[in-house]
Amino acid sequence: MQTSAPALFDSAIIRQASLDAVKKLNPARLIRNPVIFTTEIVSILVTLLAIRAAGAGEPYGFQLGVAAWLWMTVLFATFAEAVAEGRGKARAASLRASRGDTMARWVPNPDDLAIVAPRAAAELKRGDHVLVEAGEIIPSDGEVVQGIASVNESAVTGESAPVIREAGGDRSAVTGGTLVVSDRIVVRITAEAGGTFLDRMIAMVEGASRQKTPNEIALDILLAGMTIIFLIAVVTLVGFASYSGSAPSVVVLAALLVTLIPTTIGGLLSAIGIAGMDRLVRFNVLATSGRAVEAAGDVDVLLLDKTGTITFGNRQAAAFIAAPGVTEAEIAEAAVIASLADTTPEGRSILSFAKEKYGIDAPVMPAGARPVPFTAQTRISGMDMPDGAYRKGAVDSLAASLGQPVPTELAAGIDRIARTGATPLAVARDGRILGAIELKDIVKPGIRERFVELRRMGIRTVMVTGDNRLTAAAIAAEAGVDDFIAEAKPQDKLDYIRKQQNEGRLVAMAGDGTNDAPALAQADVGLAMQTGTQAAREAGNMVDLDSDPTKLIEVVAIGKQLLITRGALTTFSIANDVAKYFAILPAIFVTQYPGLAALNVMGLTSPQSAILSAVIFNALIIVALVPLALRGVGYASLGAAALLRRNLLIYGVGGLLAPFVGIKIIDIILTLIGVA
Amino acid sequence: MTIIGWVQIALVLGCALLLAVPVGQWLAALANGRLGALAGVDNAVLRAAGVDPARGQGWQAYLMAMLAFHAAGFVLLYAMLRLQGVLPLNPQGFDGIPPYLAFNTAVSFITNTNWQAYSGEAAMSHFSQMAGLAVQNFLSAASGIALAFAVIRAFAAGGVKQLGNFWADISRVTLWLLLPGAIIAGFLFIAMGVPQTLEASATATTLGGAEQVIPFGPVAFQLAIKHFGTNGGGFFGVNSLHPFEGPSALATSLQIILQVVIPFGLCLTFGRIVGDRRQGVALLAVMVGFVLVATLGIYAAEAGGNPLHIAAGVSPLQGNMEGKDLRFGQALAALFTATTTGASCGAVNAMIDSFTPLGGMVPLFLIQLGEVLPGGVGSGLYGILIFALLAVFVAGLMVGRTPEYLGKKVQAREVKLAMLAVLVLPAVILGLTATSLVLPVAIASLQDAGPHGLSEMLYAYTSAAGNNGSAFGGLTADTPWLNVTLAIAMVLGRFAFVIPVLAIAGSLAAKPRTPEGPGTLPTHGPLFIGLLAGVILILGGLQYLPSLALGPIAEHVSMIAGTTF
Amino acid sequence: MLRPLLSLLLGFTLLLGVAVPLGMTFVAGAVMPGQAGGSLIRRDGQVVGSALIGQNFSDDRFFQGRPSATSAAPYDATSSAASQLGPTSAALLTAVTERVAGGRDVPADAATASGSGLDPHISPENARAQVPRVATARSLPPARVLALVEQAVEGRELGLFGEPRVNVLRLNLALEVQSQAVAQGTPGGAAPVPR
Repeated sequence: MQTSAPALFDSAIIRQASLDAVKKLNPARLIRNPVIFTTEIVSILVTLLAIRAAGAGEPYGFQLGVAAWLWMTVLFATFAEAVAEGRGKARAASLRASRGDTMARWVPNPDDLAIVAPRAAAELKRGDHVLVEAGEIIPSDGEVVQGIASVNESAVTGESAPVIREAGGDRSAVTGGTLVVSDRIVVRITAEAGGTFLDRMIAMVEGASRQKTPNEIALDILLAGMTIIFLIAVVTLVGFASYSGSAPSVVVLAALLVTLIPTTIGGLLSAIGIAGMDRLVRFNVLATSGRAVEAAGDVDVLLLDKTGTITFGNRQAAAFIAAPGVTEAEIAEAAVIASLADTTPEGRSILSFAKEKYGIDAPVMPAGARPVPFTAQTRISGMDMPDGAYRKGAVDSLAASLGQPVPTELAAGIDRIARTGATPLAVARDGRILGAIELKDIVKPGIRERFVELRRMGIRTVMVTGDNRLTAAAIAAEAGVDDFIAEAKPQDKLDYIRKQQNEGRLVAMAGDGTNDAPALAQADVGLAMQTGTQAAREAGNMVDLDSDPTKLIEVVAIGKQLLITRGALTTFSIANDVAKYFAILPAIFVTQYPGLAALNVMGLTSPQSAILSAVIFNALIIVALVPLALRGVGYASLGAAALLRRNLLIYGVGGLLAPFVGIKIIDIILTLIGVA
Repeated sequence: MTIIGWVQIALVLGCALLLAVPVGQWLAALANGRLGALAGVDNAVLRAAGVDPARGQGWQAYLMAMLAFHAAGFVLLYAMLRLQGVLPLNPQGFDGIPPYLAFNTAVSFITNTNWQAYSGEAAMSHFSQMAGLAVQNFLSAASGIALAFAVIRAFAAGGVKQLGNFWADISRVTLWLLLPGAIIAGFLFIAMGVPQTLEASATATTLGGAEQVIPFGPVAFQLAIKHFGTNGGGFFGVNSLHPFEGPSALATSLQIILQVVIPFGLCLTFGRIVGDRRQGVALLAVMVGFVLVATLGIYAAEAGGNPLHIAAGVSPLQGNMEGKDLRFGQALAALFTATTTGASCGAVNAMIDSFTPLGGMVPLFLIQLGEVLPGGVGSGLYGILIFALLAVFVAGLMVGRTPEYLGKKVQAREVKLAMLAVLVLPAVILGLTATSLVLPVAIASLQDAGPHGLSEMLYAYTSAAGNNGSAFGGLTADTPWLNVTLAIAMVLGRFAFVIPVLAIAGSLAAKPRTPEGPGTLPTHGPLFIGLLAGVILILGGLQYLPSLALGPIAEHVSMIAGTTF
Repeated sequence: MLRPLLSLLLGFTLLLGVAVPLGMTFVAGAVMPGQAGGSLIRRDGQVVGSALIGQNFSDDRFFQGRPSATSAAPYDATSSAASQLGPTSAALLTAVTERVAGGRDVPADAATASGSGLDPHISPENARAQVPRVATARSLPPARVLALVEQAVEGRELGLFGEPRVNVLRLNLALEVQSQAVAQGTPGGAAPVPR
């Protein structure tokens, strides 16, 4: 699966979308979108009037022009939605290919693998058992109940390196559509046909099962309300005009109505929603509902596991402490030689740290050098070199084996290391302790800055760890989280989430283990890892296919961006109305009250060109904003006030001014080509 | 415009703002039932009325109590007006009010509109004025404030169903705020020359030897509550322009202060009760800002004078004086007009019908914006809170969070109800005006031809639906069509608006209050103030531009071109 | 619900509609009978008008108030009213043109109808402009009439609020006193304008 976005306007997608846009004109479908539905009704009306005028031999060019551009307005709106869906459909197609029509080997009795029967994947029921061997595709979502196998999950995750799946423990979940590459396993099916992870994923990226999110519904109501308000304003204008001795034609009133109602945001609203989900999918995160994405934007508290999210989760060399009379370079060099044969990540980290900090290159192992391997008994490893015997190991073990105490000054340093939750390793040469290596769980680079950013966005970060308070506090301080839960048991997480929620905060967390499931279910945003257990994946409302818990942060940003895009385009759309009034109102009434020409501040050529220009602008602006709707407006992690100021300036003031320019330009073009 | 004019404006507004602080504080005490030394008397009164203030009402119960109270008030007032001829204290010997007019008037006074299709000194007995109209002045005002209390409580509370007790609220507001305020102001007005007597009139023999019958009556007390409760229904036909109802510039200044002090103060009450005074100050800032801009608009237009008249030889120095008395001056007339239309009072100290087109458009537009700047007592606050919810909604989207106002999430239900409320005014105003403009029976009521006639009609329905009560007085309002349709506009403007508002209050009260975090959009800074002002202009005003273009704006350009109608 | 409804509605009607206004009327009548009773001006025991209500002066011998639009006759106090004519009203322009009578820079208050129809005041400029006519009609020296006008000019209230103005009834009363004094040969200076 491609993790890169399809080009914003992939030509194949555009072709398909253009077709779909026409299909979407069906009023029964459009009624879900009151603004565009109204536009369509008005378009039909104006078209009929144009036809009638043509039939009666009256001039109909202007009416036809308005009708055409009203239809364009509707089409551009449906087109925007179709483009957004098209991008998802392209992905869905590739997913569908991997699902295919698998035949499964059904095991009626899991205790007796000898009896198997062929059965189509689509007919498998929850609780059935199937046998899957190397080279076969797992027919449906399930849990491994027997055996161990390596599975290629690239169809779902895009990651081609196989992963281990085994019965029991946290790696028992398998996904339908993935390929077993070695060994064989018995899988208990956990999903009904059509309800598998892959099915959900296809539905999600296609936007088929898309439900309006709460904020989208609220916005829809606002837009519908404004549509009614302007409908009232335009319909009643008939009475006002009649008193004033003028009778604006239905076509002109239709043009006024359509330009006033918020067609821009109305036309782009669903595209924005679909594109938001698409952004998430592209990010390899799958949400079970749009509601979850929206909730992500609202999150107040982020619960993050220390290991793997905040820290790398394995100990690495972080410092060398020298015994009295030894230079740091000496101990560093000794540590490097003692670790030459150590292939563990810890050993490698000592070499790279020494190189990075002291510029010491690991020497080529000379002939006659003899590695001393680590054993659980001695807890010491090292290297016998021609120039001496190098050893490293647990402090007490090494001291005992050498039969000498740790120098007092060094002991203090070692104590300090232990207190902060790190691990000291003693290093000796020829029976003399030279110093110690500090091995510690390293906070990921850049994570501190991320937390600062989150804080600016108004989100508190909480670190969850099984470490003792002291260790937890040290790492929390280093990472810059706002709070931490030490010695955390699964119940503690759940309690913490409930407490925050009772105080009215929204909580997001990531997790993978079965014992994370209750907390994932309780959290407002629960991001489960694809590598996690089936229980965790079902409890969360999002799954990260890359199994990277730090993605929570990006998920929050995507959720916010989704809302901001809607808000910004709504503001833009409404702000546009001012200019449209200035274009259309003088055009309608200038014959009655010539003085109203003063309102024609844009200096539009004629009443007809003014009305047509406003309608054309109104249609074109939808297309012009499609890329923005699909990409989402730029999001910076500023405070709420700064963000509002920025967006009001760009989309509010911009929305006020842009149509003045746009309508004027269109008017000039219309005048040049002689339409007006 | 003159400097001394602006000094007057600044001083009067400044006094109103200063006075709003203690009034807001006292209103908060009333809303919280902390009556101090008055608690004993208050309890006794409520007990006698069978009210247990501790027994809260949910939003429907609160609403029903309010509706029933005004329905009963309507019946009582309608009966009084119809039976005026046989009721006591009728030294003028007036007959009963005819049915259509009595219906219109009764609706007008229970809705706090105080639209008057009659002329007080020529139609109403002292009893009708005192025991009928003035009493409803108190009760409709108290009811508005009670509703505001209910809405404020909804914001302050979390997870509750009750919004307070309507009976206790209305009784406390009347007894402990409106009545004492009206008594003090009443005596101040008497000292300034406003009559308070049961005599019907005096007959003078003028220097020219003619007889002049000078009617008066118990004016001062009714005048006080007329402004303090933003009612606006004058004792006399020309309202606060009448020398007995507005005897001096100081009296008119006091009236200005009275008609804004409760709407201003309620903002501060709101801030106090929700626990963040800045929130109240922000709302107040929006109101004061609009009042200032409106005053500037009216003052500039009126002080500039009528170019047609100037061309005919009138000195431009005094500005447009048609329909104005001399003693107030253009500055106080402008401030009075801006506040009376902004505050849903509707009293006038200058005839808006004779304003220059743009000078008249400002009060018209101010009412159309929803009567929230500062709006009527209570209704102004709950009205502006509806706009604040919508502003927060849009702003919340723009900062990427589900919008919340004072910790209350603004969701589909609130937006739906808020839009319902916002729809009421345009539907009523534009619908009824447009209908009337094509009906000969309605057009016959217009005094002026041309765009000004359109303005007269538009203003009437705007004023009625906005529960303002002021008028482009050239309109002959006492016709069956106008009496009935304007009454409908008043009822819808008051009650159709209040129902969704109370429903929102019920829904908000039940929601928990989310603590404020750094990601929460601040709703007290200049940014929000500007945003709220913008939302009011766009959601409240944009739909009226076409009608304004054909009314005042068309009239203005015609006037510039030298056209008369 | 019925009991609170009825007791509050009727109780408040009695309290606010009867008891308090009656009490207030009583107190006001006792403490400020002049103001509470309509600020009437008496001359020789007879009511000649109210200081607050303008009167119709059509005779050239009197200073004239502003144009009044009250319906039956100008300055009909039983039905206060304004013209309510709009700014582009042809009727209004005709009326104004008539009142201006070909003059230039006529004070606006002299050319336009007041809002109440009972405006007791005119502007000082308006009063000064009428001095020659009144002086001629009364055969008084214009300077003396002008002095009366200047004496009658009331400044802004508290030196700040409202506009400088002249109470027409008071000015005319002073004028009458002055004329009588002249007629009786007691040139004892200008009588004070009553306040």
